[in-house]
Amino acid sequence: MSSDVRFTDFKSDKQPTWCPGCGDFGTMNGMMKALANTGNDPDNTFVVAGIGCSGKIGTYMHSYALHGVHGRALPVGIGVKAANPNLEVMVAGGDGDGYSIGAGHFVHAVRRNMDMTYVVMDNRIYGLTKGQFSPTSREDFETSTSPDGTHQQPVNPLALALAAGGTFIAQSFSSDAQRHAEIVQQAIEHDGFGFVNVYSPCVTFNDVDTYDYFRDSLVDLGDDEDYDPNDYDQAKEAILDRSKEYQGVIYQDEDSRSYNDRMGLTEDLSDIPEGAPEDAMDLVREFY
Amino acid sequence: MPEDLNWAIGGEAGDGIDSTGKIFAQALSRAGRHVFTSKDFASRIRGGYTAYKIRTAVDPVESVVDRLDILIALTQRTVEENMDELHEGSVIIYDGERTTMQDLEIPEEMVGLDVPLKSLAEDAGGAIMRNIVALGAACEATNFPIENLDESLEKRFGGKGESIVENNKEAARLGQEYVAEEFDHDFDYDLETTDDDYVLLNGDEAIGMGALAAGCRFYSGYPITPATNVMEYLTGRIERYGGTVIQAEDELSAINMALGAARAGARAMTATSGPGIDLMTETFGLVATTETPMVIVDVMRSGPSTGMPTKQEQGDLNMLLYGGHGEIPRFVVAPTTVSECFHKTVEAFNFAEKYQTPVYLVADLAMAVTEQTFPPEEFDMDAVEIDRGKVVDDAAIDEWQNEKGQFQPHLATEDGVSPRTFPGTAGGAHMTTGLEHDALGRRTEEEEVRLEQVDKRNRKVETAKNEEDWSYREFGDSDSDKLVISWGSNEGAIREAMEFLEEDDISIRLVSVPYMFPRPDLSEDVEAANDVIVVECNATGQFADVVEHDTLTRVKRVNKYNGVRFKADELAEEIKNALAEGTEVEA
Ligand SMILES: Cc1ncc(C[n+]2csc(CCOP(=O)(O)OP(=O)(O)O)c2C)c(N)n1
Ligand code: SF4
Repeated sequence: MSSDVRFTDFKSDKQPTWCPGCGDFGTMNGMMKALANTGNDPDNTFVVAGIGCSGKIGTYMHSYALHGVHGRALPVGIGVKAANPNLEVMVAGGDGDGYSIGAGHFVHAVRRNMDMTYVVMDNRIYGLTKGQFSPTSREDFETSTSPDGTHQQPVNPLALALAAGGTFIAQSFSSDAQRHAEIVQQAIEHDGFGFVNVYSPCVTFNDVDTYDYFRDSLVDLGDDEDYDPNDYDQAKEAILDRSKEYQGVIYQDEDSRSYNDRMGLTEDLSDIPEGAPEDAMDLVREFY
Repeated sequence: MPEDLNWAIGGEAGDGIDSTGKIFAQALSRAGRHVFTSKDFASRIRGGYTAYKIRTAVDPVESVVDRLDILIALTQRTVEENMDELHEGSVIIYDGERTTMQDLEIPEEMVGLDVPLKSLAEDAGGAIMRNIVALGAACEATNFPIENLDESLEKRFGGKGESIVENNKEAARLGQEYVAEEFDHDFDYDLETTDDDYVLLNGDEAIGMGALAAGCRFYSGYPITPATNVMEYLTGRIERYGGTVIQAEDELSAINMALGAARAGARAMTATSGPGIDLMTETFGLVATTETPMVIVDVMRSGPSTGMPTKQEQGDLNMLLYGGHGEIPRFVVAPTTVSECFHKTVEAFNFAEKYQTPVYLVADLAMAVTEQTFPPEEFDMDAVEIDRGKVVDDAAIDEWQNEKGQFQPHLATEDGVSPRTFPGTAGGAHMTTGLEHDALGRRTEEEEVRLEQVDKRNRKVETAKNEEDWSYREFGDSDSDKLVISWGSNEGAIREAMEFLEEDDISIRLVSVPYMFPRPDLSEDVEAANDVIVVECNATGQFADVVEHDTLTRVKRVNKYNGVRFKADELAEEIKNALAEGTEVEA
């Protein structure tokens, strides 16, 4: 780790192919700033990405990175972190990737509380496959596969995380650059699973959940002096209140102990002997 | 043929059949006898019945036969299930005081030992020990020194306190004495002991042990019969070496976690059975295309779908060889004995890292749950070699960067194997993706680069074909024109079947193939033979198809797919029948 790392060191020389104006630009910049601010450098950072426009993020960043299959980025990140707890592990993906095909892994990653950060670029639509509804789409949202609405409730990812025993639950807005980077930074610093749902508008396929919509409706819990993110009941109330869009750290368990800590995972497992371990014959003797 | 004794204990699931059988198997092994066990988990008629069978001899035993000499029957059903295998002089130990046993009819030519198992167990301190009373009775019926059983009981119950151990020893003794006093019978059987030293373990355990020896430090899995034992073995042991086991939420997660761990530089493994392999297949392609070293164990059971989870089959070969969309370079390694499970696991890790590919290690249920004795030297830890392949450290990184100082994880080298860095290596940061990519690991659809990368990945297989020894194991008469080809756990049964065939003056050459891909070229062997028979536990002859494909020659097939492993005596008949069939099939 070096102290003179700048956030641009996390940029690759590959030009993003996101549509001009896509929310993912801001989301990524904030992630890079947060990584640099927390003293990480590309050689000790591992970014795992899902599939979707959002999942392209690993390509545009510079670090150790893996771009996997649809919906399975979280388990990859868990494997990386378990095998080398010294690495800063950040997993990123879309709302379809994380809450649809990957919903099972999401719930289990939350309850496992591995010390890592999960950033979901929530645009409430499937971008990469060109505009079908996603699990966070509104019930009346009309898309190519929901011509008269989805006929189903949108999932509440924050509530899912809370129900699964989440220890850090936050939400940010990609175009509120300063706040977004701050929130991701707090997620990184959290000892456990830092989950940030980022409103990251799709300017091409979603004309409902737009920049204007979020700008007008966002309530920053950081501005509310009476709001205490360590207060579970307050957090529950905010999370279940679907009439508002909140930004900020909504819930943080101060007593959180990460899975790594509980399991005593501290070693870099890449380091192994050149042959069998010295006492390996003991393994055989057990079968006498 | 070994002077063998066939012993079994059977009852209902939950009767402690497995642990009782294991105690006796361990006692035999400690007494310097060879042991080969098999299990009947589930019923041929209805649920519940389960049995643990032991074949034991002074010489090595590697298969089961259709014969039972001593049967401990905890239920009447146990006798009914095994009637076909009992013979004149077979001893049946049972508890006539049990109400459910009162309709039991033991044929005259057999020896029924009605032992009050439950009440003797109560005398020793608790009804729960009735199985141990039965073991004591079995010792008397086989002239087996009960002291050997004592040691096993100490090992099994030592953790529960001295008095539990003593009570169990007492229970065994009461069983022995009851038989000695109440039955004035001269038993035919004599389990003599030797001074030899053996260890007793099954295929799943051998795989787990091989993984630890090979430096596997990360295991993620989702429980499934018959692969779960691998995870259970590693849990609690891998930690001794700083490693970890994660029970994942499903197989999709398990393989992705292992992928992450492998990218972080750990030797990583997952194990599952057919249904789990299905779920892992998408990620299998990702592992191959990102060139991540990983070992994936498939312990086959009867399919398709949930099939017969506790039954033997070798039906997954096609899936392992061809499963996945697109074309995927891979290795498929198939141990042929319990001890080979150890050696081939070590080898699988080396293949994975040397060639940066996923390796399927395929075992079958019969081998995975079979406990077998071996001299401990068979698992020679000093002989284990670890080859991590082309790992680049901080010092050598410059050589592998491009002119812009970027590390090239998918550089198209001559042998197809690229340099590899573990995260944390300065200057080695890179990305990789399941999308087609260039040398830097970045997405591309450029035709030239696509060709280069596909060729590069396939070239690794070519390199391995040339560099490694893809040999087979060979037995019997090397000059015989009757060639039997086998894979997986059938080897032992065929070897013993060959002894039966010798009695009829039929000599066979057996080739037992441990590598499914890359695999040895059998063309010359097949050419030189008049009769070629491929033996396997599936209905369609998946390996036979492969052999025909490779050798451009039609082969005969001996297949078994009722869920039960081949038995030596039965196999001898099958081979004889196959030899009697016409030689040529129109191609
Ligand atoms: C197994 C599988 N199913 C379907 C797809 C096709 N697919 C690619 S991205 C995507 C949805 C992306 O939506 P989201 O995660 O919200 O990301 P966005 O593109 O909106 O950023 C789908 C269905 C796939 N790649 N793999
Ligand atoms: S389609 Fe939408 S989500 Fe995808 S890059 Fe364009 S704006 Fe962004």
